[in-house]
Amino acid sequence: MGIANWIEIGRMDELGRMDTPAHRLDARAKAVVTLAFVVIVMSFPRHAVSALTPFLLYPVVLIAVGQIPARHILKKILVAAPFALVIGIFNPFMDRVPVATLGPLVITGGWVSFVSIMFRFVLTVGAALALVACTGLYRLGAGLEQLGVPRVFVMQLLFLYRYLFVVADQGVKMMRGVELRSAGAHALRWRVYGSLIGQLLLRSLDRAERVHGAMLARGFDGKIRVLRQPSFRWTDWGFVGGGLLFLAAARAWNLAEAFGRVLTGMAR
Amino acid sequence: MHMADALISPAVGGALWAVSGGLLAGCARKVQQTLRDDLVPLMGVLGAFIFAAQMINFSIPGTGSSGHLGGGLLLTVLLGPYAAFLVIASVLTVQAFFFADGGLLALGCNIFNLGFFPAFVAYPLIYRVIARDQFGTSRAWVAALVAAIAGLQLGALCVVLETKASGISELPFRAFVLMMLPIHLVIGVVEGLATAAVVAFVARARSEALPTAPAAGASVSLRPMLIGLALAAVVMGGVVSWFASTHPDGLEWSIAKVTGHQEVTAPGAPLHRKLAAVQERTAMLPGYGFQAGKAAPAAPADARPASWPTVSAGTSVSGIVGGLMTLALAGLIGFVLKARSMQRVSGNG
Amino acid sequence: MSTCAVDVRDLFYAYPDGTEALKGISFRIEHGAAVALVGGNGAGKSTLLLHLNGCLPVQRGEVRIGDVPLTRETVTLAQRAVGMVFQDPDDQLFMPTVAEDVAFGPLNAGLSPEQVEARVAAALERVGMAPVRERPPYRLSAGEKRAVAIATVLAMAPDILVMDEPSSYLDPRARRRLIELLRSFEHTRIIATHDLELVVEVCSRVIVLDTGRVVADGPTGQILDDEMLMLAHGLERPHILRHRHPH
Repeated sequence: MGIANWIEIGRMDELGRMDTPAHRLDARAKAVVTLAFVVIVMSFPRHAVSALTPFLLYPVVLIAVGQIPARHILKKILVAAPFALVIGIFNPFMDRVPVATLGPLVITGGWVSFVSIMFRFVLTVGAALALVACTGLYRLGAGLEQLGVPRVFVMQLLFLYRYLFVVADQGVKMMRGVELRSAGAHALRWRVYGSLIGQLLLRSLDRAERVHGAMLARGFDGKIRVLRQPSFRWTDWGFVGGGLLFLAAARAWNLAEAFGRVLTGMAR
Repeated sequence: MHMADALISPAVGGALWAVSGGLLAGCARKVQQTLRDDLVPLMGVLGAFIFAAQMINFSIPGTGSSGHLGGGLLLTVLLGPYAAFLVIASVLTVQAFFFADGGLLALGCNIFNLGFFPAFVAYPLIYRVIARDQFGTSRAWVAALVAAIAGLQLGALCVVLETKASGISELPFRAFVLMMLPIHLVIGVVEGLATAAVVAFVARARSEALPTAPAAGASVSLRPMLIGLALAAVVMGGVVSWFASTHPDGLEWSIAKVTGHQEVTAPGAPLHRKLAAVQERTAMLPGYGFQAGKAAPAAPADARPASWPTVSAGTSVSGIVGGLMTLALAGLIGFVLKARSMQRVSGNG
Repeated sequence: MSTCAVDVRDLFYAYPDGTEALKGISFRIEHGAAVALVGGNGAGKSTLLLHLNGCLPVQRGEVRIGDVPLTRETVTLAQRAVGMVFQDPDDQLFMPTVAEDVAFGPLNAGLSPEQVEARVAAALERVGMAPVRERPPYRLSAGEKRAVAIATVLAMAPDILVMDEPSSYLDPRARRRLIELLRSFEHTRIIATHDLELVVEVCSRVIVLDTGRVVADGPTGQILDDEMLMLAHGLERPHILRHRHPH
């Protein structure tokens, strides 16, 4: 069962509410740079591998400064990897044009593009997780709204988030009640399932009604108002400027290759 | 599993984001404009409910595997298309942010693939049309099944199209479709059953939670015929073509002429949702004639003349795709007819 | 200055499915009084409370808050005067953080950001929850949630506090703190509860409901000490009175 799932969310939420220099950066700044990161990483041609390596700096720095435990992020990347793996693994089969030799091994273009896919996967997922872990959904939601995301949608995200734990908690308790009476089977028979899910739904509908009542009792008129809006400081501008500059440079030139040339040049 | 960033090009991702973003803004405005101010907490709690419900599995009899509710169709039944789209998008967003289940660039694609089709195609054009205002009857069950299957098939097709258009994965179109559509057919059946079960329960326990307004101004006589046609198209396409003659279907025949290869067929493995089985099955494909430079056409494993039934996945694929397109076309016709008859009704009212 | 805080006359209410929940309720409550509403389950306590803050419309009879009769037009006025604390705090704490939840009411009332800040700080201070203002509600204990829920209502500066089972789910320490808090308020307090010991400590007057009717209305010591009356209406005499502890 997915109890582990919502404990995960709780953990991510805890991480998101810490106070580090990375957390203190404005949510909008981090969101913009992360989005640019993902777009630029995915804009590389199919067989890019070494050129992608400098990009690892961004998620690594963010995670380090944000004091996020790396194994937490790595575990999530690993769990999410199968989809990309299953699709990407076809590349070595499709593209058998040799592009390099490594001693006796012949490396085909297919393998290169496969590695590229997996590396891109790690980069993009790592950056997205770093963003959330260093910001938290609340600050991120507020930032997104400032960037123009419709308020209704942001409120929806926050409300969903708020009641996730409550509803999941109810679901867990109901499941436990069923499991204790079904001799250890983990998947329900679907008549029981319909009833359990149906009950959960009804309770959710009840709760929504009560929350609505509570909102009305405190003067809710349909318009959602917020207390304070954060504003950009010079550190945020620096982050955005520096980040975008780095991304542009890493895209325009293969920094890893240049670095390698410098090293081999020094070795001579 | 939702689409990852690693397989999407910025162009495709950006394009789908533009579409999803537009849809989100439009739906947000619609929701804002409705007079129901109880939608805000309702949407939030139902989003949480769907999230929780996705964690609870039920066993699929006979296969030994389990499934769970996706929720897109159920949300649309409870909330209507606009609010449901927002809720689906919010669930996908949280999944992308917290579980890396779907990338940020691909989020636009995922929102479109998993949100647009249940909310704006499967529900209004199929579910509502078949089930009308009934809940819990066998009609409603059929409606849920067909709608869920159609919605998921269209979504799965879009996944394939988006991945191919991005050009990063080299997976051939046909192989990809072969992998995606049958799996999502099973998922669609599971989804349809789960949705129908929950709707039936709610209908019994609290019918006022479900919208009961029938499709306004329905032109009664044509609809059953359209439904029949659409269903027949799907059935014919998918199942009947399996029993068709062993001559390669038109599409594959032309491919064979052009490339010198026969359409590759997979042995009739039992439909199984587990990824391992998928990998095993499709890994058979590359062995058959897709090697660059090797021109020898590999004979399909089941090219025994006139042996029935031939389980030829190739013909089934084009059959299913063709059937779905017909279904979509039928839905479109239904939609146009409904719109016109609503005009007529409002003209008289 | 109005004559009394709450004036209910011949209130009847039937649910959509026909069940009659209230069958002619009448009582008056003066400003500043602390009144308990007791009765067995299904007696009509919650239904009555929901009338007081306008959640349920008046079908038959009259409800006056201050001197204003409660109608569809005057509901918002009534809501400003009446602060209701729900039985399940999770229904009442729906914003991302405690501070935003407490700010919700004042913001909707149109106060300026500074005024809202002041109200939030004051309300949290009053219930002793200032340290948790940036915490999300699901990370609060039951007692903390209850206190914050009260703060969300206090921030709207109501004249009347209405509470539905405030001491449920509280551990003894949190319950003790709640009792102290309730005793310290100067608002008119209407508390529906099964916690009869709390009633003895906090409320000077008790209204007993049974199947939608008022069956007793008088001073706490007198009503709760009447064993026959208590037992006849699904209640019992609280221990605290049996041992006659001076308070």
